[in-house]
Amino acid sequence: MLDYVWLVPLFPIIGAIINGIFGTKLSKKTVGVVACGVIGLSFLVSVLVFFSLLQLPPESRSFEKIIYTWIAAGDLKTTVGFLVDPLSMIMMLTVSGVSFLIHIYSVGYMHDDEGFKRYFTYLNLFVFSMLVLVCANNFLMMFVGWEGVGLCSYLLIGFWYQRKEPADAGKKAFVVNRIGDYGFLLAMMLIFVTFGTLNFKEVFNIAHYNFQVGSMVITAITLLLFVGATGKSAQIPLYTWLPDAMEGPTPVSALIHAATMVTAGVYMVVRCNVLFTLAPISLTVVAIIGVVTAVFTASIALAANDIKRVLAYSTISQLGYMFLACGVGAFSAGIFHLMTHAFFKALLFLGAGSVMHAMAGELDMRKMGALKSHMPRTYWTFLIATLAIAGIFPFAGFFSKDEILWNAFQKNTVLWVLGAGAALMTAFYMFRAVFMTFHGESRVDEEVAKHLHESPSVMTSPLVVLAILSAIGGFVGIPIIKGANVFHDFLAPVTGEHLAGSAKVTLTNLAYASSTAVSSGEAVHHPVGLEVLMMAISLAIALGGLGLAYYMYIKNPSLPKRLAEKFKLLYHLICNKYFVDEIYDFLFVNPIKRGSEILWTFFDVRVVDGMVNGSGRFVEFGSSVLKRIQTGYVQNYALSILVGIGAIIAYFLFM
Amino acid sequence: MNQLDFPILTLITFLPALGVIFIMLMNKEETSTIRWTAFMTTFINFLFSLPLFFYFNAGSTEMQFVEKASWIKEYGISYFVGIDGISLLLILLATFFAPICVVACWKDIKDKVKEFMICLLLLETGMIGVFVSLDLFLFYVFWEVMLIPMYLLIGVWGAPARRIYAAIKFFLFTMFGSLLMLVAILVLYFFNHSVTGEYTFNLLKLYELSIPLNIQTWLFLAFFLAFAIKVPMFPFHTWLPDAHTEAPTVGSVLLAAVLLKMGTYGFLRFSMPLFPVASHDFIPLISILAIIGIIYGALVSMVQKDLKRLVAFSSVSHLGFVMLGLFALNIQGVQGGLIQMINHGLSTGALFLIVGMIYERRHTRMIADFGGLSKVMPVFATFFMIVTLSSIGLPGLNGFVGEFLILIGTFKSNVVYAVFAATGVIFAAVYMLWMFQRVMFGEITKEENRNLKDLSLREIGVLVPILIFIFWIGLYPKTFLGKTEASVQHFLNEFNKKYEASIQKKDNTHAVNKTEELIVKK
Repeated sequence: MLDYVWLVPLFPIIGAIINGIFGTKLSKKTVGVVACGVIGLSFLVSVLVFFSLLQLPPESRSFEKIIYTWIAAGDLKTTVGFLVDPLSMIMMLTVSGVSFLIHIYSVGYMHDDEGFKRYFTYLNLFVFSMLVLVCANNFLMMFVGWEGVGLCSYLLIGFWYQRKEPADAGKKAFVVNRIGDYGFLLAMMLIFVTFGTLNFKEVFNIAHYNFQVGSMVITAITLLLFVGATGKSAQIPLYTWLPDAMEGPTPVSALIHAATMVTAGVYMVVRCNVLFTLAPISLTVVAIIGVVTAVFTASIALAANDIKRVLAYSTISQLGYMFLACGVGAFSAGIFHLMTHAFFKALLFLGAGSVMHAMAGELDMRKMGALKSHMPRTYWTFLIATLAIAGIFPFAGFFSKDEILWNAFQKNTVLWVLGAGAALMTAFYMFRAVFMTFHGESRVDEEVAKHLHESPSVMTSPLVVLAILSAIGGFVGIPIIKGANVFHDFLAPVTGEHLAGSAKVTLTNLAYASSTAVSSGEAVHHPVGLEVLMMAISLAIALGGLGLAYYMYIKNPSLPKRLAEKFKLLYHLICNKYFVDEIYDFLFVNPIKRGSEILWTFFDVRVVDGMVNGSGRFVEFGSSVLKRIQTGYVQNYALSILVGIGAIIAYFLFM
Repeated sequence: MNQLDFPILTLITFLPALGVIFIMLMNKEETSTIRWTAFMTTFINFLFSLPLFFYFNAGSTEMQFVEKASWIKEYGISYFVGIDGISLLLILLATFFAPICVVACWKDIKDKVKEFMICLLLLETGMIGVFVSLDLFLFYVFWEVMLIPMYLLIGVWGAPARRIYAAIKFFLFTMFGSLLMLVAILVLYFFNHSVTGEYTFNLLKLYELSIPLNIQTWLFLAFFLAFAIKVPMFPFHTWLPDAHTEAPTVGSVLLAAVLLKMGTYGFLRFSMPLFPVASHDFIPLISILAIIGIIYGALVSMVQKDLKRLVAFSSVSHLGFVMLGLFALNIQGVQGGLIQMINHGLSTGALFLIVGMIYERRHTRMIADFGGLSKVMPVFATFFMIVTLSSIGLPGLNGFVGEFLILIGTFKSNVVYAVFAATGVIFAAVYMLWMFQRVMFGEITKEENRNLKDLSLREIGVLVPILIFIFWIGLYPKTFLGKTEASVQHFLNEFNKKYEASIQKKDNTHAVNKTEELIVKK
């Protein structure tokens, strides 16, 4: 079955082609069935491939399928090829699985939209690109997927292109992503020049055997790659596009801007863990950017009133967590959080979409409240997701977040303190959202209130499935107990992290194993008691956030307002997202625009063309002077001949 | 070597000229017959050019399909044509675009149809002639021949307001460069005679000359000016926006798709092999001008209000990439530059066709006059989007293949150049998407746009063939890169060989002078 891995991305593109070309002739129902069907097939194949992979012994779970040679010139040879290993497997399953659920949800959500067919064409195209990204066996193929998801994100953010905001937001997303891609592109060139290949396995093997820890060139490569990651995964300083991306349809926010595409940067860092491990400086940068982003954007979410914006900032913050994990060398913890986050964040967005559906598109939480009784399914699933993201035992987020914090703690206490601070804020703003939306008094407009209803089952069933996953998904990665962290062990051949029991060094994973042997060895020596204590602390933090939100939004609903008045300046700053967009406009966008204007009107039109036209006018002027000599009178010409002869004679006589 | 035993290059070059004779015999009222004749001529010519591709021996580094006949014996002028991997794709590009252009202007040109088609066909002969000539004299003849129909296309059928200015500007710029080139050709010719005692314009023989560095530099500069204006490289580009803007649609298409490539082709075919040392010495200058062109073109594109002018400036940016790749002087760079010439032809050609299509409907090219067209023209929107993405260099479409190879090649030869050039990737996304957004997205603000008709079958037929190649090159570039690789490798080998030989010679003479000095001193 491994040989058929190419079917995984193939099905979605077939769907996109069918709906893209014949969509106008098909009924909405057929379009929906085709779109969901192909993703379902893709998921099915992923599962089959997964079982084939499990048949293999852990050390040989790495399979490459080359389709054909793509771009080749001289010693450069790149292929269209796929790589199946535990890492890409987890990504494939997560991407195709979550996509499938969101496709089904979308059938209900987008039902009355006139762009129904266009929507599903783009959505299928997105899944195709995302699967190419995660299945690629080389950097260039990954870049194909990388740009492909960027394009689909652009198209889907700007889906309602007739309004200005979505169109602007789409363009902003694409351009900011391109700035990141610039880093990726340079990294690829440097990789090719350094290693002579772009194939993952070859690059990682050469890097492992021929380069020292701290090598300059590897540090440069990894930093450039990370620039790419900050673009796609919305980290400081390139995160500003993601909040605006909420202009797109909500299922798109769930799929692209929460569960899958934005995690591509994390995936890329983990994929290149061999390189990053060789570059401690880069790892430090990754950890710092990650944790600072986590704290910074969580603080913006504290005061946001638009439910989707809260979730958007929360996404950025959670992605920061994942990078923090990578930065402290806990790559599998990063991927673990990526997976659980995909479940609960997709669920949160879909839940928000369900609320919007009921509220005629209203996003402002100040105009919600007490929706619990009107939409129980949405409420309960949303609550489960909130418990998960807040990190309450035993929901999925608890396990993944705790693993990250524990790893950060071992590395550096400051990182842990910041991470824990972000966790506190996360619990607070998520429960704040729950309380403002579903509890308390109803602040819903009367007109809207009449039509409040639970969403149809085509929308709520995906919610239920995701809720189950959010609730129990964490149990694949139980800490402390030996052998219970199945997730970690499954990924070990790729990430090189080994638990005491499973440290089997074999030929294929030798490359990865020894590089991290030291750090994993350390991990084992920590007393179990400390780890349990840290868990208790992080649980306490989550509950603290919950309690604070309860106190402020249920017990004393007037308190937030008073606080806002008291700390006016701070509140103002946070409400305006620290004015980062305005600063960027001032520093980059406007100068470039104005500068270009000057280049054109001054340099091009005045200087260059001025010279051209000037030389033309000079000739014209010259001839207008010279033409006076051509009088047409014979005597004038005779005179000039005479003068000429005289001059010649004079020359010969006197010189 | 001529594997077909048939003068196929002559046929392809002069078939359009034959069509001209037929059209001349027709009554100018019979516009339909004239159009059909022009279409059949160009289309059959395209079919005739296909065997070039299929019979082309990709493994050989020699000139292929060669024909040679003495023309003016006393002066060593011959009719000498042949192609290698460097010219193959460019000829196909020309024969491919000719029928597309005839169909594209079917409804657009109503005035002086007969003369228009005559110009178009003559232009095709000129373009192909430039790419097949292996005799410098013959090359120069075609180079000049092709100027005249283009001049007329702009001057007669252009947008009334500024067409004369644009046409004269185009003509003078090109003429200025090519006159200096003529002088250089003559110097080369006489220099060759002084060395070998033979008068010849045969390019392959002139390749074997080793020219002293100071002469090389001057000759290189003369050729450089001619080609740099044609490319156009910054700062010789200002004729291009005017010519593009004022030219009729198909004039812009051919100008962008084929004519500009004569400049870049000229560097590969003439400047670099003839003057390797000078070429090598000028790498920094040319690379820096190319990079300025990439960034400058992109920035200035961004602030254009006229669609055609925007696309014209984007050409300056794209051709900067091509020049950078060629002067990276390694296999990735040159291969990338070569395929990017084709890519630019396809995507910019298609962009001008697309702009022409809305111009036909609205008679304006101002971005501000549009907005919200996606709503009324969904099919058009799809085509426009794909072509825009191709121009931006989205992986999977053609533009990426060229850009990536060029950047890899540049990076190998000079990291700093690559770092600066790659910023063009960001800017391209900015100006193209912003333009697309203003034209296609948003609400319809102008009443006139509310009832625009979507593309007709004819217009779809014009764009689909281009789109096929946009995807083909993007997904499976091997078909094309495979044909050119051997020739490019040969070109590079020869270049390096000659360059090293001249350097050694310089060192030797230097050494000889030194010893002589020593002897004298003693």
